[in-house]
Amino acid sequence: MSMTQAIPRPRARINNFVARFANVNGTGSASANFLFAKAIFRMGIPVTPKNIFPSNIQGLPTWYEVRVSEKGYLGRREGIDLLVAVNAQSMKQDIESVRKGGYLVYDSTKKLSPDLIREDIHYLGIPMMELANENFSNPRQRQLFKNIIYVGALSVLLQIEFEVLESLLKEQFAGKEKLIAPNITAIKLGMDYVREHFDYPLDFYLERRDLVRDKIMVDGNTACGLGAVYGGATVMAWYPITPSTSVAEAYEKFASQYRIDPQTGKHHYAVVQAEDELAAMGMVIGANWNGARALTATSGPGVSLMNEFIGLAYFAEVPAVLIDVQRAGPSTGMPTRTQQSDITLAAYASHGDTKHPLLFPASPEECFRMTADCFDLADRLQTPVILMTDLDLGMNDHMSEPFQWDENRKYDRGKVLNKEELEDMGRYGRYLDTEGDGIPYRTYPGTHPSKGAFTTRGTSRDEYAVYTEDSAAYKRNMDRLQTKWETAKKIVPAPSLYQESNQSEIGMLFFGTSTYSSEEAKDILEEKEIQLDAIRIKAFPFGTETEAFIRSHKLVFIIEQNRDGQLRSLIINEMQMNPKKLVSVLNYDGMPITADNIVLQISDYLKQKNAVPHDLSETLI
Amino acid sequence: MTYLKPLFRHPKLPKNKLGYTLKEYEGTISTLCAGCGHDSISATIVQACFELSIEPHLVAKISGIGCSSKTPAYFLGNSHGFNSVHGRMPSVATGANLANKNMVYFGVSGDGDTASIGMGQFVHVIRRNLNMVYVVMNNGCYGLTKGQDSATADVGSASKSGHINPFQPVDLASLAVELGATFVAQSFSGDKQQLVPLIKAAIQHKGLAFINVMSPCVTFNNNPGSTKSYDYVREHMQATGTLDFVPEREAIKAEYAAGTDTAVSLHDGTVMRLHKLAPEWNPEDRLSAVNAMQQARAKNEILTGLLYINTEFGDLHDILNTSDGAFNTLGEKALCPGEEQLQVINAGLR
Ligand SMILES: Cc1ncc(C[n+]2csc(CCOP(=O)(O)OP(=O)(O)O)c2C)c(N)n1
Ligand code: SF4
Ligand SMILES: [Mg+2]
Repeated sequence: MSMTQAIPRPRARINNFVARFANVNGTGSASANFLFAKAIFRMGIPVTPKNIFPSNIQGLPTWYEVRVSEKGYLGRREGIDLLVAVNAQSMKQDIESVRKGGYLVYDSTKKLSPDLIREDIHYLGIPMMELANENFSNPRQRQLFKNIIYVGALSVLLQIEFEVLESLLKEQFAGKEKLIAPNITAIKLGMDYVREHFDYPLDFYLERRDLVRDKIMVDGNTACGLGAVYGGATVMAWYPITPSTSVAEAYEKFASQYRIDPQTGKHHYAVVQAEDELAAMGMVIGANWNGARALTATSGPGVSLMNEFIGLAYFAEVPAVLIDVQRAGPSTGMPTRTQQSDITLAAYASHGDTKHPLLFPASPEECFRMTADCFDLADRLQTPVILMTDLDLGMNDHMSEPFQWDENRKYDRGKVLNKEELEDMGRYGRYLDTEGDGIPYRTYPGTHPSKGAFTTRGTSRDEYAVYTEDSAAYKRNMDRLQTKWETAKKIVPAPSLYQESNQSEIGMLFFGTSTYSSEEAKDILEEKEIQLDAIRIKAFPFGTETEAFIRSHKLVFIIEQNRDGQLRSLIINEMQMNPKKLVSVLNYDGMPITADNIVLQISDYLKQKNAVPHDLSETLI
Repeated sequence: MTYLKPLFRHPKLPKNKLGYTLKEYEGTISTLCAGCGHDSISATIVQACFELSIEPHLVAKISGIGCSSKTPAYFLGNSHGFNSVHGRMPSVATGANLANKNMVYFGVSGDGDTASIGMGQFVHVIRRNLNMVYVVMNNGCYGLTKGQDSATADVGSASKSGHINPFQPVDLASLAVELGATFVAQSFSGDKQQLVPLIKAAIQHKGLAFINVMSPCVTFNNNPGSTKSYDYVREHMQATGTLDFVPEREAIKAEYAAGTDTAVSLHDGTVMRLHKLAPEWNPEDRLSAVNAMQQARAKNEILTGLLYINTEFGDLHDILNTSDGAFNTLGEKALCPGEEQLQVINAGLR
């Protein structure tokens, strides 16, 4: 049936392809597309779905891209093998995006216009609307089941097990059993049509594996919300902004399940939708000051607004947890696209000499764990701690290690004096560095009737929290904060190294969602006989491992998703590294970085003469 | 430079029910200008807390930035204070209050702090009916930045430099009533008689109690052209009534003439008696309060006293249905769902 039978069929590829769905948002395609991705996951095959959506509620193009990788690569890959085109608006562009020899699945209820025909791809027309109209009467159902029909068609073309689809539908509609039968009918309509009209499977298809094991599939924002509940947060103050909104929603969802007092039905949590991000951060600081764990979640524009408050928390030494789900800036930028471009903003947020610990999760499991860890770190360091996630991680489902919690884990509230301790001590000095780590003792308001009270302030004060404009006292305080920063280096998560000892003079360094494609790029380069050592940064400030890695390589590629090489600047600034040996590998078009892109940039760079500098004396530690 | 008061105790100082003297409620020595209205307000807060026998350490004082926002250091030295950032006291107070519902929260702000930079937070903390006393020390100017007009300066009023304010003023008390504040009062820093019972009632009120206190700035805004000067306020004050704050357990039977009295029961069982001077006004009727305020305004009078009260409305904790203990005392057991539950969650994601 293919119009282009002349195109030779390549060798079959198993569990290795990219499928893209071009839909109109607001038409119910999301659940059909998710059904497709989840079915592959259930067949034990590594899969990564990504939503590419507009800043709009209804009527504009959206895409859902699913990468299947037997080798377990979870980054985005370029080159679309199969495209399901059900959006007339973007059809031309969609057809152009299919790789040579790839497939286009389209709704053939209406004939394709001749200018949409490409000679080098296969066309698989399925009369989706016609089938839906013939079999369903309700107009809304016709629209929804059109989507399910293409899932059914793909299940034959790509060999998705019918039983898997069936059980997923049963789970999805548990409690609404009436909906199961028509969904199954729609699946079968698609399946039958393909069986009657096309050769199947395609030259790439799926085969059950056991590669998923105990992994889970979830988005990063849900994991952050859950991490905040596990981490003991009782106050969540927030202001709606894509892509962070679902962190607050997830927190509230889990808290309303697990934080209800069994006796009274009352809540051990409070969620406040604030009037803006300033107020959200103010509430977080107020709650932490008074001894509760509190957090907020936002994106770049919100962090910009919070700057003054972040500086207050730094200087007044109040813990705070902020989740920054980064999106493409500057300004409103591309609000529904991804980037890692708030690094500088977050690291040095606020006026004066300020700096803040940042954590960089790369998976939902890390979103969960690191969110919980942020609370311990903020309490231990008495300072704001910022979790730097992004739209790609936050809003897309990711295959991830399962969540884990040590049943014996106690919250580490840091240095807090209770009533007895205050009673037994001499004069209490809120800002006295008694242990030499730069971290003084807190005490919560209301602890002791006559000891420990003081005024917390953003103005200069002495060790006893008494207002002062004495230069020496001011400087002592600033120096102590620097000592605290040195302590932070030792307690934030250490990086992971990909080799026990150096194998190459050249290294690559990455963090967050750049991890997936960087790891894949490392393997591809190795196949091309370019050996690179690798390190993944998990936190700022950088510790000794990161410093040693950079010092012991002649050249380090720093892979990040922003225009200005923000992490590279931070490395140069904080560790006095020679900029000459730090080469940026960047992607900032709003789409998740791909391995091919990284490979291309690195191999191009290495083709230059004298790519690896020989004149650097500080290369060995 | 620090100013610590000598801890000299007069043996005959009267003690309250907790055995504390007034001294236990004082703060460090004020660094404000001599004669500043703000200091008088601090003194009334000290007096009110002393008279109510409030445990000082169970009070939190939160402020923004300005001369007014410095005052928390000058009252209740045994209470924790938080001198935060300009205009954002309400959000910090909201967080603090959520963390521990079992304390008394004083929010102190200025007219610049509230009516300009902090207007948004003022509006929203009222909407949420946070259980706190919100005091604006209103001097019609920016004291700390040396006397610029604030948004509460009256149109046509002259600053010390002779500059005439061309803009309409923000009337914070009317606005608070309009926004649905559940307790709105207005007073004058020089009228301790009126202010002490108002503050006591505000502490006892469950919900947001807003008190707009005219508080002349002797350095920048006490000249004859200013409507926030001592002389002007004294001459144009018009009291809605006198107020006796009477805890129920010592209930004194009404001494007032029938027909001019209003008794208001508060959440904790205490009763407030208001002796009405303005006959057209009923403090539990919003329309009547608005009407009285508008009439005073038309006459360039400043209506003082308890202007409006509503004891029906729940505070933010009621609205959010939070548990009774303070959040800051909850441990892992109440907060962490545990590993077993996590396995159930994991299973649902496969
Ligand atoms: C973000 C910010 N902008 C400006 C200032 C400067 N500033 C300090 S106090 C103040 C005005 C205070 O006026 P008000 O609240 O009326 O207090 P007052 O001093 O009159 O009691 C200003 C503008 C500041 N501290 N922070
Ligand atoms: S400048 Fe005005 S408001 Fe500030 S302390 Fe002096 S008198 Fe008071
Ligand atoms: Mg003022």
